[in-house]
Amino acid sequence: MKAAHAHSFYVHEQGRLHCLPPECKLAAALLFILAVVATPREAFWAFGVYALLVLSLSRVANISFGAFGRRLTLEIPFLAFAFLMPFFGTGSQVEVLGISLYREGLWAGWNIVVKGTLGLGTSIVLAATTQVPEMLVGMERLKVPRTFTAIGGFMVRYMDLIASDLHRMKVARESRCYDPRWIWQARAVAVGAASLFIRSYERGERVFMAMVSRGYEGNMPGAGAPIALRSQWAMCLVLPCAGALVAVSAWWGLR
Amino acid sequence: MSSVLKVRNLGFAYPDGHPALADVNFAVEAGERVAVLGPNGAGKTTLVLHLNGVLSGGSGQVEVSGLKVAKPNLKEVRRRVGIVFQDPDDQLFMSTVWEDVAFGPANLGLRGEELSMRVKTALAAVGMEHVADRPPHHLSFGQRRRVAMATVLSMHPDILVFDEPSSNLDPAARRELAELILSLGLTTLLVTHDLPYALQLCPRSLVMNAGSIAADAPTASVLSNGELMAANRLELPFGFDPATTGSSVRSRA
Ligand SMILES: Nc1ncnc2c1ncn2[C@@H]1O[C@H](COP(=O)(O)OP(=O)(O)O)[C@@H](O)[C@H]1O
Ligand SMILES: [Mg+2]
Repeated sequence: MKAAHAHSFYVHEQGRLHCLPPECKLAAALLFILAVVATPREAFWAFGVYALLVLSLSRVANISFGAFGRRLTLEIPFLAFAFLMPFFGTGSQVEVLGISLYREGLWAGWNIVVKGTLGLGTSIVLAATTQVPEMLVGMERLKVPRTFTAIGGFMVRYMDLIASDLHRMKVARESRCYDPRWIWQARAVAVGAASLFIRSYERGERVFMAMVSRGYEGNMPGAGAPIALRSQWAMCLVLPCAGALVAVSAWWGLR
Repeated sequence: MSSVLKVRNLGFAYPDGHPALADVNFAVEAGERVAVLGPNGAGKTTLVLHLNGVLSGGSGQVEVSGLKVAKPNLKEVRRRVGIVFQDPDDQLFMSTVWEDVAFGPANLGLRGEELSMRVKTALAAVGMEHVADRPPHHLSFGQRRRVAMATVLSMHPDILVFDEPSSNLDPAARRELAELILSLGLTTLLVTHDLPYALQLCPRSLVMNAGSIAADAPTASVLSNGELMAANRLELPFGFDPATTGSSVRSRA
């Protein structure tokens, strides 16, 4: 593989998942997440099996437990919402550690936390083993419309430039002794974000003009990665098949 | 006719109604290097974007090697006119230098061996073969500027157009870029407000102001015409004397 533009979630040490075709990995991850989401929230054992599957995949992908855990912290802001759910709602209540919580809210919160975590875990494994350009090729091969893949590609490619713009603006602010301690002092940051948006937009326009000047007509020149073999598809589809099996048994068990 | 570029009665206003070009006329012959000088906001970039039809819809017309810049010819026009934009970060957007240099010729339909030959020769022309596999944003500014040139050279253009190529370059990179432009020997339009650069590279200059051509004359005579310079907000750097420098450039050439 070329020393391509690696995003920060990519794990460079090559594991067995790295060399699989991107379209297989993408499809497998998507289908597996669908199986997880379709599982009844009452089937605790099923989520245990999913968690084991995802964790063993992360081992195969050479992601250390520490790194995996750190990346999972991404979801904390979203979890905050789920943790609030048991406190609001209607219907019957239960007593937990002396606090009375709504039963339905508790179930809804648990549902979001467990499925969100498993979904993010799966995406972490995918991101750690697939480079951005590969991801885009995979999406194109799965017949995702070109416009979407192109937009996705530019967003990721320009993340670095935008991040460095942001950094320069931060340095410039701090060079003028800007040091907000409280959120209501952060007006300069907000104004900065707005101007960053405008700058990124203007840069986007200039980039587009430069592309058009080199004959771009809406299609990225085809990437030449080899097409997936049937055996590779089979290997990747083991994961969603296992997921589907678990989901179906979970529903069966509830009856 | 052997004119590579012919601009006739070109006029243009931006959608907000701001007039940016008014009755621009000039031609560039094969092998010529012509500078376009003018203060900020004179309309230089707007003119450049008309040369390959990225902007259009005003009055007048542009011809590239006899081919009119118009919708049905755009692909060929864009191959013939190679624009090197002011900020290489706008031009380089693929994940490796190689892919970026291949982008243009791939859009022209080249594939396989032919495509890699194009990329290799273009990178060699700017001395950047050794960075082919690196992501462009990890290169120095001067290197990115060279790679941006390669992305255009790989399309085998009839004319190279630079928009402010020397801005942000350190003196050594600026000199190397000049040597590179001279070594390519291509028909070149050089938009700049770096007057010594224009004098070094281009025997002829167009002076733009407020969207029209204020003068079209040998660069040395433009730079030594104090009245013309002042009227168009052109200023030489402190201590620079075009009379002495001009003759030394000419005697070296
Ligand atoms: N997208 C735009 N919309 C409206 N006006 C513009 C736009 N781009 C440039 N202009 C105006 O057109 C004039 C010429 O701009 P430009 O061609 O960029 O000048 P130069 O490159 O010589 O500095 C300027 O007055 C500028 O403000
Ligand atoms: Mg300009």
